[in-house]
Amino acid sequence: MAEMAIKKRRPKNLDLPTIRLPLPGILSIIHRVSGAALFLLLPFLLWLLQSSLTSPETFAGVRDVVGHPLVRIVLLGLIWFYMHHFCAGIRYLLLDLHKGVELEAARLSSKIVFVVSIALTLIIGAKVLW
Amino acid sequence: MVNRILVGAHYGLKDWVIQRATAIVMAVYTVVFLVVVGAVGPDSFEAWRGIFANGFMRFATFLFFVSLFYHAWIGVRDIWMDYIKPDGLRLLMMIATAAVLVGYAGWAVQILWRI
Repeated sequence: MAEMAIKKRRPKNLDLPTIRLPLPGILSIIHRVSGAALFLLLPFLLWLLQSSLTSPETFAGVRDVVGHPLVRIVLLGLIWFYMHHFCAGIRYLLLDLHKGVELEAARLSSKIVFVVSIALTLIIGAKVLW
Repeated sequence: MVNRILVGAHYGLKDWVIQRATAIVMAVYTVVFLVVVGAVGPDSFEAWRGIFANGFMRFATFLFFVSLFYHAWIGVRDIWMDYIKPDGLRLLMMIATAAVLVGYAGWAVQILWRI
């Protein structure tokens, strides 16, 4: 009954092609997508960690796997997802503390998240993958 | 006046707090890990293994994994609650999610304590 009352009061616009998402909105959906993707790839990442720590042979095997161009691209994408989730998450923690909740500040901080997370991705990718 | 209709006993506050607490643990670990890896520069199996053989890093990594799996539980559960409408299927997805995450936790312990 309570659920019905809530539903009735909410206006809905879910016509996706007509919605122009502002940058904080894009940040938000990537936060969700990146979280889901990291969750789905957990077994692969745990397997990589396990193999890298088992023996010198399996460690070398991980190096070979990571050296494969396709795996490199996937891992670079994962590093970006992790860094985006990390930076956007810190932004959300600050928003929880009512820091930067004004429109201009929120837009600026979402820009900062994209710049910093992509920069960190490139730095870490360059160090670890290449 | 906010005329909210309250549903349930605790309004999800506990999960809200845990989601943020686990995020902070993971964020701190991420910085520590990057600094340690940057300092050690592990280019061999022994150096890489040495990082996790260290008592503090093993404990910190374990804490990271526990936080990660709990954080993932809340996040993925929220995704199912947002997009999966049939109750039976939603319940099934939640049970499957919880099951794999508990399994991953066991796997993570095995990885860390076999070193």
